[in-house]
Amino acid sequence: MSGTRRQLGLRLGPALAIGLTVGGMIVLIALPVAAIFVQALRDGIGGYSRALADPAALHAIWLTCLAAGIAVPLNLVFGLVASWAIAKFVFPGRELLISLIDLPFAVSPVISGLIWVLVFGARGWFGPWLDDWDVKVIFAVPGIVLATLFVTFPFVARELIPLMLEQGAEEEIAARSLGAGGWQIFRRITLPNIRWALLYGVLLCNARAMGEFGAVSVVSGHVRGRTNTMPLHIEILYNDYDVTAAFAIASLLALLGLVTLAVKRWTSRRTASELSLAGATTS
Amino acid sequence: MSSTFRRPSPLPGFAPTMAYTLVYLLLIVLLPLSSLFLQLGNLTWESFREAVFDARVLASYRLTFGLSAAAALFDLVFGFLVAWTLVRYRFPGRDLLDATIDIPFTLPTAVSGIALTAIWASNGWIGSWLDGFGIRVAYTSWGIFLALAFIGLPFVVRTLQPAIEELDAEQEAAAAGLGAGRFAIFARVLLPALVPAAVTGFALAFARGLGEYGSVVFISGNMPFRTEIVSLLIVTKLEQYDTNGAAAIAVVMLGASFLILLAINLLQQRVRRLLGSEG
Repeated sequence: MSGTRRQLGLRLGPALAIGLTVGGMIVLIALPVAAIFVQALRDGIGGYSRALADPAALHAIWLTCLAAGIAVPLNLVFGLVASWAIAKFVFPGRELLISLIDLPFAVSPVISGLIWVLVFGARGWFGPWLDDWDVKVIFAVPGIVLATLFVTFPFVARELIPLMLEQGAEEEIAARSLGAGGWQIFRRITLPNIRWALLYGVLLCNARAMGEFGAVSVVSGHVRGRTNTMPLHIEILYNDYDVTAAFAIASLLALLGLVTLAVKRWTSRRTASELSLAGATTS
Repeated sequence: MSSTFRRPSPLPGFAPTMAYTLVYLLLIVLLPLSSLFLQLGNLTWESFREAVFDARVLASYRLTFGLSAAAALFDLVFGFLVAWTLVRYRFPGRDLLDATIDIPFTLPTAVSGIALTAIWASNGWIGSWLDGFGIRVAYTSWGIFLALAFIGLPFVVRTLQPAIEELDAEQEAAAAGLGAGRFAIFARVLLPALVPAAVTGFALAFARGLGEYGSVVFISGNMPFRTEIVSLLIVTKLEQYDTNGAAAIAVVMLGASFLILLAINLLQQRVRRLLGSEG
């Protein structure tokens, strides 16, 4: 009797846990994602493409690509350079430097924008000086780029540093002893070892650069067709009750996020299998 | 000089890469961040206190800290269930479910904000149904709670998942062999081993909630004293050209999130030391 009850409990437990998990995830996460695409296509494909072809929307898409096009390559170069210095050499203060690189993650989006207003705003450090030269940073495109640079600063470095620390420097040192130059070592040994993490870091950096809202909102000034990125344009459309158009732009960013996520799962599987392969061949 | 600073290595490029790293870090992160603290130099102690302890600001701290904690607690309970299910059970669609966890990480916050509002507003898929019972979620504190729970969930699941994977199945079996019931095994054997990961996940979700902006402002209604989060108040102060007030509140919030992250670090160091001394 107690045996059958126990068996029943064992079967009920998993079913209940799986049911609650799946149900909760559908309500909390899957329904909102589905809503983005349903709302975007509410007026059919015609309404969808009309919303995306609007000049203000096109400008927002262009500005978003511009900001990401500047911020991502700069932070990519930084990630490669910093991870080489940090992971291939041993020096005092290494842990501190890694924490400092992670610092922007601890700063909220609004504060990430605020600091640039304090530096370059009308009453900031360089405000009067910029005014003399008639250069606008805040409420203009340079401010948007700087805010994007700050929030996406750690993304590439953070993917590379732990992986490169784990891989160590033996292969590079061996290549050096065989007479390889620094650039050659980096291109032929380091880069192939980190390519999947690098790809994922860049994609994540790009997704955040294109999707950043709070920091960019503080520095942009919200001039339609001038200083609006895609997320800011979504806000304006939404507040104007142009819901279909807001969700049409949102659907593009959501797709970007979903593709980034898919690539992440693919690359992390590649990295895991390559690490275990490397482990199997060396041991 | 650099050879006495670092351990010698045959690899080239330390000096230029380190110099580039430090200069870039200084220009993009450290100098701009320091402006926040320099800005405080413009304020007297009196005006700082006024800016930071104004009644409207206090109400927004209460709301933000309270709801972030409540949402992180919800995430801890539900996130534990999700992580447990993913690690312990095999079922169709498990991979898809595992991928779904990361969606709040990769979805831009403004997109999450309008999507959540579309679902939970009184004309939305779930909101209209709740409206029949006289329950309103969007434009109330429930809406803020929901957005913060959404945004914090991956932090809890992704910290608990590896900890559950590492649980010792032998200990469980031994406890069962000694006649311990399932609840006793759970409470005495499993739960204590998961406490560090649970606390870390909770703290990460809580810290994220404190600074959240994009996913909250669409669903929150933004009423002063009632549904106005601190991030929004900072933006409002800036729009009213009260730069000093905005900076003062920002320093308080930044201090809070640094303290939380420091606590997580200390906790993890302690756990590592405890585990190290055991092994």
